[in-house]
This record gives sequence, C-alpha cells and structure tokens, in this order.
Amino acid sequence: MADLFDGYPLGQQWDEMFGSAGQPRAAYAGLFTSLQPMAGEELSARADLLSQTYRDAGVTFAHAGEEQPFPLDIVPRVIGAEEWDVIERGVAQRVLALEAFLAEVYGAGEVFADRIVPRSVVSTSAHFHRQAHGLVPPNGVRVHVSGIDLVRDEAGDFRVLEDNLRSPSGVSYVITNRAAMSQVLPELFADHRIQPVDDYPTRLLAALKASAPANVPDPTVVVLTPGVYNSAYFEHALLARQMGVELVEGRDLVCAGNQVSMRTTDGQRRVDVVYRRIDDEFLDPVHFRPDSVIGCAGLLNAARAGRVTIANAVGNGVADDKLLYTWVPDLVRYYLGEEPVLANADTYRLDDEDTVRWVLDRLDQLVLKPVDGSGGKGIVIGPRADDQALAELAVKVRARPRDWIAQKPIGLSTCPTLIGGRIAPRHVDLRPFAINDGSKVWVLPGGLTRVALPEGELVVNSSQGGGSKDTWVLSRPRPASEPEQVPELTRIEFTAADLPDEPPAQDPGPLNDTVVGQSQQQQQQGGTAGC
Amino acid sequence: MLSRIAESLFWIGRYVERADDTARILDVHTQRLVEDPWIDERRACANLLALMGSPCPEEEADTERVLATLAFERDSPSSIVGALSAARENARGAREVLSGEIWESLNVTHNALPQQRTMARRYGPHALFRFVRERSAMVFGLADSTMSRDESWLFLVLGRSLERVDMTARIISTRVLAGDAAPSWTLVLRSTGAYEPYLRTYRGVVDSSRAAEFLLLDRLFPRSVFAALDQAESCLAELERSTVRDTTRIGVAGEAHRIVGRARTLLEYMSTPELLSRLPARLEELQRTCSAASAAVSSHFFTEQAPQVWVPEGVA
Repeated sequence: MADLFDGYPLGQQWDEMFGSAGQPRAAYAGLFTSLQPMAGEELSARADLLSQTYRDAGVTFAHAGEEQPFPLDIVPRVIGAEEWDVIERGVAQRVLALEAFLAEVYGAGEVFADRIVPRSVVSTSAHFHRQAHGLVPPNGVRVHVSGIDLVRDEAGDFRVLEDNLRSPSGVSYVITNRAAMSQVLPELFADHRIQPVDDYPTRLLAALKASAPANVPDPTVVVLTPGVYNSAYFEHALLARQMGVELVEGRDLVCAGNQVSMRTTDGQRRVDVVYRRIDDEFLDPVHFRPDSVIGCAGLLNAARAGRVTIANAVGNGVADDKLLYTWVPDLVRYYLGEEPVLANADTYRLDDEDTVRWVLDRLDQLVLKPVDGSGGKGIVIGPRADDQALAELAVKVRARPRDWIAQKPIGLSTCPTLIGGRIAPRHVDLRPFAINDGSKVWVLPGGLTRVALPEGELVVNSSQGGGSKDTWVLSRPRPASEPEQVPELTRIEFTAADLPDEPPAQDPGPLNDTVVGQSQQQQQQGGTAGC
Repeated sequence: MLSRIAESLFWIGRYVERADDTARILDVHTQRLVEDPWIDERRACANLLALMGSPCPEEEADTERVLATLAFERDSPSSIVGALSAARENARGAREVLSGEIWESLNVTHNALPQQRTMARRYGPHALFRFVRERSAMVFGLADSTMSRDESWLFLVLGRSLERVDMTARIISTRVLAGDAAPSWTLVLRSTGAYEPYLRTYRGVVDSSRAAEFLLLDRLFPRSVFAALDQAESCLAELERSTVRDTTRIGVAGEAHRIVGRARTLLEYMSTPELLSRLPARLEELQRTCSAASAAVSSHFFTEQAPQVWVPEGVA
C-alpha cells in the first residue's frame, strides 16, 4: 500500500523531516510513525475539520481590507530540544544586544564613537526618531516584544533573516494553532512531550506591568489597536482578551496634563502602560503625522514625563532596519563579548562604489531587499526575476543604494505539507517571539512557522499567500527544571490524603418505576387487543 | 401543578446542567492530557473519576476509561449520554407543560447522540463536548424565552442551580485535592467558563486563592457556588410563597430552603482565609448540602407514594 510519504521528493535544501528518503530525523520519528499509516483522504478530512474550526473561531487576518482565514497546515513542524536550545540562546542574545544598542542610539552614543557602527546608518534611517532622544523607559526596556525571523540553510543551520522590534505580529496564531491541532488531531500529540505555548499572554502581561512607571502599585495596561480594519486586529483582540485588559483605539484615549486616560462609563481612568500595535508615525499627531486619527495626541510627551510607558518604545525601527542588520553580529560582540550564536544570512551593504558595481553585475544571482520594507514587499529574488524586473531594479539601486541590501539566496528548508491530498515539500521559516521583562529575555517555545503554499515559492508572508504550521518544541524526557511557578500569596493545595474516604456520588434521580412502566405498556396492548 | 410533573422539571434542570458541566470538565481534561507534556495520565484520570463520584483503581484509569464512564455510559446518570437520555425521558413524561420547542430540542439532542458518538471516535471527543454545551445552552435559552415564570419554571431553575452548586464544587475539588497531578487554576477556571470573566475582573495573573474565591464567592458570575445557591434560594422562596398561605413568622417554611440558605450564609459570612484553610471539607460539605437539599425538595414537593399493587387474596 502506498503510504502518505511515498514519492516525497528531496531537493538541494535541508528538509525538516527527512535526512534521506524514508528516513525521518530523530525529532520527527514519532510524528512519522503516527502519520504514515493514515490515508491521504483521512488526513484531508481532518484538514477540512481543522479549517472549519478556524472559520468557526474567526481566526482571520485581513488582507487588502478583506477578512480571510489564515491557512493552517495539518502537518506540524517539530524542533528537538537541543536545536531549540540554540535558538533560545541565540534569540535572547540578539535581543539583549539590540536593546543595548537602542539605549545608545537614543542616549550617549558611545557605539558610534567607538566606530562599531557609523552614525550615518542611524541618522539616515527612516525609523530614527529624534523625538525619542533622551527618553529613558522606566525599567530600561525598549524591546518588550520581538520576533526574530529565522531560516534554515542547506547545511541545517538556523540563520537570522531579519529582526522585528516594532510590533511583530503572528503570536496569536501560535496560540490558536496549538489549540486547534490538539482538538482535531489529539492522537498525534499522544507520543510527544511538547512544551506548552499558552502562557504567552501571562508572560506578556507580567512584562508590561514590570515596565510601568515607578510608584504605580497596580498598573493599568491597555492594548492600543488601529481598529477592526487592521490586518492584525484578530491578534490585538486575542491578546487583550487573554490578558484581561482593555483593547482601546486612539479615540478612547485622552491625554491631559501629561496623564493618559481612557474614557469609561465611570469617567476617565488612568492608563499606565500602552502596548501599542500602531506604527510610530501614527502614534501621536503632536510629534508625528499630524493627520493621524488613530493615535493619541500627547502620548509621547506623557511618556517623556514618565507618566506612561509605551511598549514597544518609539523609534525601535532604527534597530530592525535591514541595513543595521548587517552590523548586529558586531553589536553582539561589542556589548556582550560573545560570539553570535545565530549567524546572519550572507549580506552585502551597498555602501561603497565597488560593492554597488559588483552587486549590479550579479543582480540575477542575488536577493535584493529594500531596507525599510516589511511583509515581503519589494523583495526581488534575482534568479527568479525576468530581465525587465532586473533592469528596473538596477535603476532603483543605482539611484539610491542606501535603500537596498543584497543577500546570497538561501535555499530555505522544506517541510512536508498537505497539498491537495498529498504530502509535498514546501518552504518554511520560523519566527520565535521573545519577551523582555527587564530581568530576563523569555523565548516562547515554538514560534510561528510560516509556509509558502505555492510550489517552489520562497516568500512565506501571509500577505503573499502563505500559511502556517503548528510548531512543536519537544521537551526533554524529564523537565530539567519545573516550569517556573508564579509565586502565590496563599497556597491552598492539598493532597489526595485529604480526599474523603468515600467521595460523594452524584444524585441518581428518581428510578424509572418498572412496575408502572409495565402496567402502562400492558394497558396499551390490552386496549389494542380489545378493539 | 402535579407533583410528578414538577419532579420531572426539577430533574430536567439537573440533568441538562450536569451534562453541560461534565462536557466542560472533560473537554478541559482531554485537552490538558494532550497539551501538558509532564502530566501523569493515570493519576489525573483516577483523580477525576474519584472526584466525579465514580472511583476506579489507578492502574485501570486512563482516558478511555474516563470517557467511557463520564461521557458514554448509557445507564449511568453521571455520564453525559446518560444524563441527556434521562432528561429526555423526563421531558417525555412532562410534554404538556414543556413548550414544544424545549421538548423538540431535548429530543433532537438525544437522537443525535449515537452519531455524535461515532464522530467522537473518529475525530476526537472535542466536537461532542461542544455539541453538548451548545445543546444545553439551547435548552435553557428556550426555557428562558418560552416558559412563563410559574412553578414549572421555578422547578427547572431550582434543579439547574442545585446541580450547578454540586458540579462547581466538584470542579474546584479537582484542583484542590489532586496535589501535583492537579490541573492548573487556569484550566479549572476554563472548565467552568470562568476564565475570561476572571481575567476581566482581576486583570492579571491567575492566583490560586483569588481563583478559588472567584469560583466560590463571586456574586456576579452565574456559575459561582454562591450565585447558584442564591438563585436556588430565591426559587425556593417563591415556591414556598405559593404553597404556604399565611406568612411564615419564624425562619423559613421548608427544609430545603433552610439547607440552602444555611449554606449560602455560611459562604457569605465566613472570611475568605478561614474558608480556604479548610477548603476540602467545605467542598465536600457543599456537595452533601446539594444532595440533602435535593432530597428535601423531593420529600416536600414530590411526595411519592409507592405504586399500590392490589394482590387479590388467593382463595383457599
């Protein structure tokens, strides 16, 4: 009998599941055994159920103003415990270095004096905001939440593709993917020990509270959303709901005398921390775009006065700029005195005439990325572009080389994916999410695996027809340390010894009286016979 | 109204609520087995079975056993299928006072059970639990919008409230008594549908004493023990008013009212630390209170007489 994985092609790229044909890697052994005996139709039926679950729950993203379901592939991606250790260390290290860098960009700037990074890189960045200079957040954290995009190269090593330090989205899908998968395919989970992801909102809330202005005993946190038409609105609502905080729009906030408040039925209530999911440019019409109607006028001044914390901080974009990206390994060495755990993709800066010329000669072999683009917009993949696109690109690059970086194409790793009732390889990336609460950088075990559903496609963004996969991080057979418990004031735990000897049974209800029942039946039969 | 009909309504309320709560508990339990990598399945299952009043030795306890006992067992009033069948049987005998819509809703639920069961075998039990939750909500929603607020309504709600007290107490016990195999408070809150209301109330981390307090004492959350006792008490007060012509001068008229009222005041006037420090005993007490109240309601309102069978004397 042909099994699900028959004829699964292995290409040049690293495949997440198979080392060689029919031989699953260690982390995938359990999954392979569970999936292999399933028929394609069976799996397709489950996949339909899965997407039904998503439609019912309203898990969507809005693309071009329309709400669309976010496709979730049924085959999970598995990451072994050792592999995860590397990612966890690498991501935390990177966040710490970038955090230190941002403190200098908006502070003393010794990193420029030490000639690690040229000052011009920062001052020419569209995301550098003078308005944020000298604004020191209460617990020093600027990157409360970050998403570091990773890909796996041909050798199987994870490399950083970009950093997202402004408002990375996608974490809601990590949470909903897990819930949906465990409902639809519980048997797949049976043989695995998978680290849970559902404490993310709790961690986030704790980090946000920790960042509140000093001397606020019980800080009020709000999530600031642009509104229901935003592409990530689903996520904003989910996070607010699971943290139990208010989801506000700009018009719900009012700032007077450097105090931010929200309008409630009880009058105005003080707000201490704003977890904003609005871009800097729209955040505060006083300092940024005056035509913004989704921000709150005066917010930045209130933050400067130390009355409110904005998370993530204003001006973070300067550190996730694709040009600065090329210096991050140097920043890691400079600030932490360590070698970077995760390497960058091979990248060329177009900062001197020779490199520009060298790159222009090889446009058809390189990937060109606009430095301030996001969501896969404007990326040109040389080997796949036609002559006209390359010619247009050459004009643009020659005109403004500062706007571009060039990378050697990485053969993104592939992962088995259900396509039309068959399992086929599709390219994936990984976005782990990190939360910095000021004392520790915590990396959510899992993260968002995005998969490019069209065959051979390398851009995995959801806005470009991408889907996602549930991402499993296997835990070690015995937990190295118990999952950290939040300290509780009163412990009210008891043990089975406190169980009553005979636990009360449930009340059985009146007995169906058989005597009456039989009589009723006889009566009926007797009646019929008599007619 | 007829005692027999009143009794049916009372038990429809209890059975439907029981099915609903059991579905919630099992949904969270099965999800937890899947998602929690460090769980000891047998112990968790054995604990759950014990606390639901159907103990089983630990080496035999597993998910299969839990589902068989608490979801599919046809003849046990403690399982979802059993409770829903019993609710439908009771409704069959009380069709003239139930609105047609309620009867139909219960009947459709009952008829769909075999198919739901097959689906649960194929695709996992989650869909069944959701079905049961939705159908229970439908039955009570229809009752709410199509029944007059007369005695029949009061008996239905009385049954539902007493069952709710019992089940919420059992759910809290799953956390309090199970030691290290216990579900987290987040899960306990989720299995009563209280997680999001809790988060919106306390805006923060789930803390054990606050969660216990919320489930036991919250006045505004309808599934808390206190709110359910309060509702049962007001139903009883109404029912007694219609049976006792002159005003009661001392105390309350009925034994059931006294039992429920005492439990309610105990919760209301005991300080939280005092309550929590002897929580296991309190929870067991609450469960026994429900049985006692239920028995008192039966003997007061449903005075049953054993069917009299005339046995003709044999001719010598």
